Amino acid sequence: MHILKWREPQLARIARRNRQEILKAGLTRRDLAKLGLLSASGYLITKAGLSVRAQHSCGPGVCALGCSPPTLPFKDPLVIPPVLPERNPATDPGFQPPPTTAPNRAINPATGIPFEGRTQSHQFRDRFPPEKFFITRMAPNAAFKFSEDPTNLVRIGPQLIWGFNKGGADFTVDPALTPGPIIVARYGHPTLVRRYNALTGSNGGFGVPEVSTHLHNFHSGPDSDGGPCDPTTGGNSTDPLQQGRFFFLGQYYDYFQTLARAGFDTDAFRATNGDVRETLTTLWYHDHRVDHTAENVYKGLAGFELLFNDFDTGSETDPAPAFRLPGFVQGFDIPLILNDKLFTPEGEICFDTFGLDGLVGDKYVVNGRLQPFFTVQRRRYRFRILDGGPSRFYELFLTNPLQPSMRIPFWAITTTDGNFLPRPVEFPGSYSRSPAGLRLGVAERCDVIIDFKRIWQLFGSPTGTLNIWLENLLDQTSGLGPESRLLDPGEPEGRNALVQFQIVGPTPASDPSFDPQPVAFPNVACSPNDCIFTPICLPPLPTDNAPAQENRIRITRTFDFDRVNGQWVINGRLVDCSQFRFAVQRNSAERWILRNGRRWQHPVHIHLEEFRIIRRNRNAVTCGDVEFGRKDVVRLNEDDEVELIMRFRDFLGGYPMHCHNLIHEDHAMMLLWQVAATGDNNTQP
Amino acid sequence: METMTRRSWLATLGLAPALGGAAAWFESKGLNRAEASGRRLSPRERIQRNHLPNVELVTHEEHKVYFYDDLVKDKKVVINFMYAQCEGICVPVTTNLVKLRKMMGDRVGHDIFFYSITLKPEEDSPQALRHYAEMHHTGRGWLFLTGQPKDIEVLRRGLGYFYRDSADDADKSNHIGMLRYGVEAKMRWAACPGMANPQHILRTILWDLDAPELPKAQSTESGFAQGERT
Repeated sequence: MHILKWREPQLARIARRNRQEILKAGLTRRDLAKLGLLSASGYLITKAGLSVRAQHSCGPGVCALGCSPPTLPFKDPLVIPPVLPERNPATDPGFQPPPTTAPNRAINPATGIPFEGRTQSHQFRDRFPPEKFFITRMAPNAAFKFSEDPTNLVRIGPQLIWGFNKGGADFTVDPALTPGPIIVARYGHPTLVRRYNALTGSNGGFGVPEVSTHLHNFHSGPDSDGGPCDPTTGGNSTDPLQQGRFFFLGQYYDYFQTLARAGFDTDAFRATNGDVRETLTTLWYHDHRVDHTAENVYKGLAGFELLFNDFDTGSETDPAPAFRLPGFVQGFDIPLILNDKLFTPEGEICFDTFGLDGLVGDKYVVNGRLQPFFTVQRRRYRFRILDGGPSRFYELFLTNPLQPSMRIPFWAITTTDGNFLPRPVEFPGSYSRSPAGLRLGVAERCDVIIDFKRIWQLFGSPTGTLNIWLENLLDQTSGLGPESRLLDPGEPEGRNALVQFQIVGPTPASDPSFDPQPVAFPNVACSPNDCIFTPICLPPLPTDNAPAQENRIRITRTFDFDRVNGQWVINGRLVDCSQFRFAVQRNSAERWILRNGRRWQHPVHIHLEEFRIIRRNRNAVTCGDVEFGRKDVVRLNEDDEVELIMRFRDFLGGYPMHCHNLIHEDHAMMLLWQVAATGDNNTQP
Repeated sequence: METMTRRSWLATLGLAPALGGAAAWFESKGLNRAEASGRRLSPRERIQRNHLPNVELVTHEEHKVYFYDDLVKDKKVVINFMYAQCEGICVPVTTNLVKLRKMMGDRVGHDIFFYSITLKPEEDSPQALRHYAEMHHTGRGWLFLTGQPKDIEVLRRGLGYFYRDSADDADKSNHIGMLRYGVEAKMRWAACPGMANPQHILRTILWDLDAPELPKAQSTESGFAQGERT
């Protein structure tokens, strides 16, 4: 059940046996104390052979890697978050006062502060009047269960999280959930999401009750991007109520999504409301409160938003040109948010608000449950896998614990930021080193297809249930980044397992869904012009000499990420919420060179529009690589230099670039830039 | 007598000390009262225990204080580390803090308190710190603090001025670049770079320290439905 490296097999075996005996006996911590199995510092005695866990002295209330209580894996079924229901703005009391293009800054007499936290008008709302309306409320849930298993509940009991509900005003019937409900949207149907802040000032030790909900990867105006801070809102006032990004207890904030593709306000794509090749697919929403993002997301303020379209329709039975991917409406398209958490030895979720490196947890939580199981049929599924942070990198493999050396293939159909690849890529083993699983940094998302029928056949069509683990074999014990070495697959007790898939028989399920295997790289050689998911092909890259402004690279800027005096700097400069670092010209393209310093690894995220990673350390990113496509996060390994090309279309205003190791982000590894009518020529901003 | 002096002096600064026997209640790294009684620590107690040790310190005006009880409990605070003979970035950080102090005006010493803690307690006597404070015209509501080296070390690590890498941790300049600020009673803690634009520092600190809360009647543990009431 644990993630730490296992260095001493003999001792570990003893430890495991001891622990299993303790678990079997159903002993509580109090029982252990009575039996003298607790050390003076209040934790399990290392000399009793339970040392595989203990790195720190795990006294009461300590929040540190290795100090969470032991739990049993695969006791809880995977929770699939509910879909957020649409609401009728004409009749729903939650839409009183009604949503307006300009922010509603009138004072709410019930609270004494403005109704709405927003301070900017929605851009392009007249052109794309919202058709779909949603409400969700952020609120505490004081009795959230990370596991419902009786043994686990003794160790990690019901407790406080923050989450999003399905929009109802009564939290007793519509409680806040983490992950929040899935927002299902569709291109061509502009959407408005009203988010209420119904959190509480009593935070249980971490979390601040002000929120800015970023829709990660959507092509949003700054008014609806959910960014951290903006020097143009509130006139640089020090009044928290005027800063215009995060909003407060008792306020709402209307987030508007055009559901139009990037390019919709350029000559080439105005008539089609954007370039279909810029279709986005798997997004997530999460808190972005400046300086407090990590603790708020860790406390539960995150969820999925899935964008469908006329090709990726959400149903596997639609006729061509639909892709017929394993269907969302049929229940075979499953989002998985991966998190790692720390609990105190007493079993309370904890977060070190004083830590700087990053928080690496020792409990895997998937969709809000400790190492759940998921019963699957013998057919294909689409999983949308998200690294929900706060700091951990993952490298994912499928493992049969009874035959851990057997390679089990699965297929990425999107890049690691949820956008369709030109050709599916088979894992493991598609990187230059082998075997290699699917590597994700915080906030990266990959849609994969797992074919459980093929897996079942791979293991000789066994009778009964076949258990397959989704494992993370990347070792990481600090926020600096992962180790280079991979852990062994199939370690006992599923300590590196995120989910146990339980494949049931006996009859094979019907499966009309798309099969990636016959068209995937390396089964089929790739070419830069591939387009398996027509018409969502790779958009052509901007070039240095293109005639049209939006296709021409106007400037090359370099960004050196470093650490000076213990503080993050970009090009030697510190974060500044009170001014933009540089101005990009609207409807133009730029080349950005990102360089990382030594020792640290960072997943860097850029808001507004996606980029392509052209080169990593002077090596071209080529077809067959899961990064060969549109990306919004780029992982910077030690000493890496990456070259990005990106466009900045349609919207005007301020956006950030920041590290998505949420702890680094909160410690100011961020800069602000703006899209303006005229760009500047600052090559090292 | 020592205690009386300390109390009366603190009262003049508006720093109401916690009275009674609480002063050293988890000073001795052993069991505290909550544990002794078998009670689970509250989140606030956990933060106190792990991050806000109640170590004894001496101010640049030679008053004895306890860090948690006298300086942090129930207060809004801005904290940094420095040392008087620092040639590097201590001066620009202090200069930034002086600007910040000016921008915050009379609030400093009333509802916001500045604490600069020496990283070199063995060489920074209260007199040396007083000299440093006078040289930089730091003004009221801003204490420079020294103490026993072992206590300063506990404090430094507790406040998160700590690096896992021992070479990083030994480099004092790594601890000087960061301001720690918080609202103790609300368990809100954050940090920002001490050399950032003072306007940025001011705004982000006040966004935390001045975050509005609803009147009690409006707020419940389970949250509430707002907006549609009107």
